[in-house]
Amino acid sequence: MAEVRVTVDGVNYADEVEPRMLLVQYLRERLGKTGTLIGCDTSNCGACTVHLNGQSVKSCSVLAVQADGGEVLTIEGLARDGQLHPVQAAFNECHGLQCGYCTPGMIMAAVDLLGDNPDPDEGEVREGIEGNLCRCTGYQNIVRSVQRAAQMMKPGASAPTETPAPVAGD
Amino acid sequence: MTATADTTALEFGKARVRKEDARLITGRTRYTDAITPPGTLHVAVVRSPLAHARITGIDTAEAKRAPGVHGVYTVSDLGADEVGMPCAWPITPDQKAPQRPVLAKDTVHFAGEGVAVVVARSAAEAKDAADLVEVDYDPLDPVLDMEAALAEGATLVHPDLGTNESATWVFDSGEAGTGGSVADAIAAAEADPDQVVVRRRFRQQRLVPAFMEPRSCVVDPTGEQIVIWSATQVPHILRTMTTVTLGIPESKLRVIAPDVGGGFGGKIGVLPEEMMTVLLARKLGRPVKWTETRSECMLTAHHGRDQIQDLTITAKKDGTITGLDVRLLADMGAYLGLVGPGVPVLGAFMFNAIYKIPAYRFQTTNVFTTKTLTDAYRGAGRPEATFGVERIIDELAVELGREPLELREQNWIKHEEFPFTTVCGLTYDSGNYEQATARAKELFDYDALRREQAERRERGDKVQLGIGISTFTEMCGLAPSRVLGSLAYGAGGWEAASIRMLATGKVEVITGASAHGQGHETAFSQIVADKLGVPFEDVEILHGDTASSPKGLDTYGSRSLVVGGIAITMAADKVIEKAKKIAAHLLEADEADIEFSAGQFTVRGTDKGKAIQEIAFAAFMAHDYPEGMEPSLDSDAVYDPENFSFPHGTHLAAMEVDTETGRVNLRHYVCVDDIGNVVNPLIAEGQVHGGLAQGIAQALFEEANYDDQGTLVNGTFVDYTLPSAADLPSFTTEIVSTPATSNPLGVKGVGEAGTIASTPAIVNGVLDAVRHLGVADIQMPTTSQRVWRAIQEAQGRSTQETPIDTHSPGAGLGSIDPNNPQGEVQ
Ligand code: FES
Ligand code: FES
Repeated sequence: MAEVRVTVDGVNYADEVEPRMLLVQYLRERLGKTGTLIGCDTSNCGACTVHLNGQSVKSCSVLAVQADGGEVLTIEGLARDGQLHPVQAAFNECHGLQCGYCTPGMIMAAVDLLGDNPDPDEGEVREGIEGNLCRCTGYQNIVRSVQRAAQMMKPGASAPTETPAPVAGD
Repeated sequence: MTATADTTALEFGKARVRKEDARLITGRTRYTDAITPPGTLHVAVVRSPLAHARITGIDTAEAKRAPGVHGVYTVSDLGADEVGMPCAWPITPDQKAPQRPVLAKDTVHFAGEGVAVVVARSAAEAKDAADLVEVDYDPLDPVLDMEAALAEGATLVHPDLGTNESATWVFDSGEAGTGGSVADAIAAAEADPDQVVVRRRFRQQRLVPAFMEPRSCVVDPTGEQIVIWSATQVPHILRTMTTVTLGIPESKLRVIAPDVGGGFGGKIGVLPEEMMTVLLARKLGRPVKWTETRSECMLTAHHGRDQIQDLTITAKKDGTITGLDVRLLADMGAYLGLVGPGVPVLGAFMFNAIYKIPAYRFQTTNVFTTKTLTDAYRGAGRPEATFGVERIIDELAVELGREPLELREQNWIKHEEFPFTTVCGLTYDSGNYEQATARAKELFDYDALRREQAERRERGDKVQLGIGISTFTEMCGLAPSRVLGSLAYGAGGWEAASIRMLATGKVEVITGASAHGQGHETAFSQIVADKLGVPFEDVEILHGDTASSPKGLDTYGSRSLVVGGIAITMAADKVIEKAKKIAAHLLEADEADIEFSAGQFTVRGTDKGKAIQEIAFAAFMAHDYPEGMEPSLDSDAVYDPENFSFPHGTHLAAMEVDTETGRVNLRHYVCVDDIGNVVNPLIAEGQVHGGLAQGIAQALFEEANYDDQGTLVNGTFVDYTLPSAADLPSFTTEIVSTPATSNPLGVKGVGEAGTIASTPAIVNGVLDAVRHLGVADIQMPTTSQRVWRAIQEAQGRSTQETPIDTHSPGAGLGSIDPNNPQGEVQ
């Protein structure tokens, strides 16, 4: 067993874990953070994407112990004070999701992409999210969502107008 | 408590953002694997690495001793020797259907088939122990090629059946009396110098549905009802089939499909793993969970397509089609899936497509091989048919020297000819192929691209342009129960709905159509908001749980809106009928004088009225309501469609082919789909986009490849080339609407259109770019390597064989290396 101390979505944790435990398993099985999803076993799909110390990583390709001392942000911690992150709002507004399975990873990857490139053109978005697979949308509305989020995040831009009504978690 | 609906803005037709997104974009989701009741044990399946082998020994001793292990079981240990997985579609009375066991007993019939199962405290411990199970195999010859499988003396997948042929199903318009004899048409054409006969063989490669959420099932046996959560498209069918398969009374089962991460037909099956999990949970008296890995999913979840199509079309030299003959070999894999044998049969009614074909014959022979079984995948039979007919129409155009779009127009059903009864006996209620085609040509700038194509050919440009066409139709809204009955399908095609008017005027709508990404919650809320005149926000859609929605036939075949949506409108009509009686009573008016509009019941010619919410409250209080009536507005409806619906569209693809490297580039894709009335254009467009991506991926990227031992060689996301964002362009999509006349909403269904139409458009385009170089056909996926090879061969240059071009350039995932575009072939 190895010890891991990590901050996830603003909460500090200290846990004993098996050294082989993946970060995504730690998030899902130990912390109950099942918003981060698993879509493959070869680090190809990106469904598990989270931010580790501000960088997007595929949490299935990081060991939990590698996150020791670090800070993890998952899809569940992205909205602040009941306000959706602009990327979340844009995915809703532009219909950037269908089944939603790729969505947490796609949104986390897009947030990171926009951090590096605040105003990507279509080609840059497509290249930028290439590591995240979606089987439902054909990507077109995902690309639109990311570009819409870029607009919303420009300094001085106004907040999104229509956000989904909050619903109780089931 | 008065009405708040804005009467000026109808919900129907509004591009509303989806209400279901709220939980999906914040991670507040409940996909099946997230469900872990206290005390849950985890399952790992030991799977066969061999395609075909006798099991000579299973040693579980070491696995049983491993830490955390509660048990290791073979099929006999589970007491499931006699359990066979259901096939609901005996397409012929003498269809051969082997028993598909929960776990293989003596023989494994495809690589990936389960042999034993380990149950442990954690998933990791279960997997570790599964590696300790020793299975001894005596290898048998794999059966991989359909034609070889049917040949005399072939190795038999199931020797007790005496053949690898499961069934042969035939439709002959001459015999059915719906058209002429195609044999006569072919004989006449062969004898007539003014007619042509074109024969082609096409291959529909095997595909993996590859929904993003791997399959998962959790069973909790601790309550009065056994609760099954499953990542399934078909919770209701799963409940019934669990009863049929295991004999547990239906009333003792509750099935929940929570959030489901895509399906595309791939989650329509009833799985051995689901039955196994039920058996284990009952045996152990504790909740049990099975979640597959992606690799297991690729290997064992059913595949799609996989047909050899031999087509013969006859036509007069003026272009008039006189007959079409279709002979299919359809690979079932090792067993029959729930509806697998019927998939090719669904195509039988679609090969004639939008064309007036006077004589038609269709035959499918379903064949067993030692591969993963096949079943529905987005479009299920109809993409295969559309591919066949749209490809051979292009071949006919080449043969006749005709412009391919003009040849189509010459033969298609004109808009003034609807309703039109086809050579298969189906009645197309409405359509306007001219309108969709004209709009698509305009958006595409068809004539300009044809000019560019001619110009590039003339100057021998190394990048040639091809224009791909597909003018498709499909039959949606599966399905009229009587039609399904006539095809020996093991269920009806109706759908159920209930509406509950709550005391406070809010509305609960219960539907049997269970969503897995299609946006039912939003679209159905829009329909109900309009019907009842209540705010969109006041409508709640309940689905996917047999406790709350006890009756339904689930989601597939573009049926949710066209069948399920109509059931909801019928239930709403009944609510209004009941409310009208109470309104008349309270307003002291004659029921005949009560009018209902935008949520208000009014007495004709007066300003007296009551809102539907007030009536709901009055019904709840029940202090004052008409004699002889129950104090409730709640209503149920079951809708069984009279006919299918027939969306159609024109899809055009501009394909650039680098003739030196074979690299294919989809430069521009335009589609104009006629899907009837549209409830929510945002959702409809999204369905088209996703469908296009899957259809285009079949044409350009995807194929499940088996080696000569029957091993799936690209069974991971590393090498099964699902397109990424970087592999696809943006599409130009538009929707036109010729309302369906076969249902009260005028809707037609949209879930499968993009997939059905796009594959032949792409392949026709690729061929159109290189035909002048002598290339006659290129098999799918049309990877750079295949295109390059076809060009070389057409030019009389030799190429070296590479066994399986899974990793070939252009196979997706941005895999094209610009410095070595030919990949392995140098
Ligand atoms: S689960 Fe991490 S990349 Fe697929
Ligand atoms: S929305 Fe379903 S996989 Fe992307």
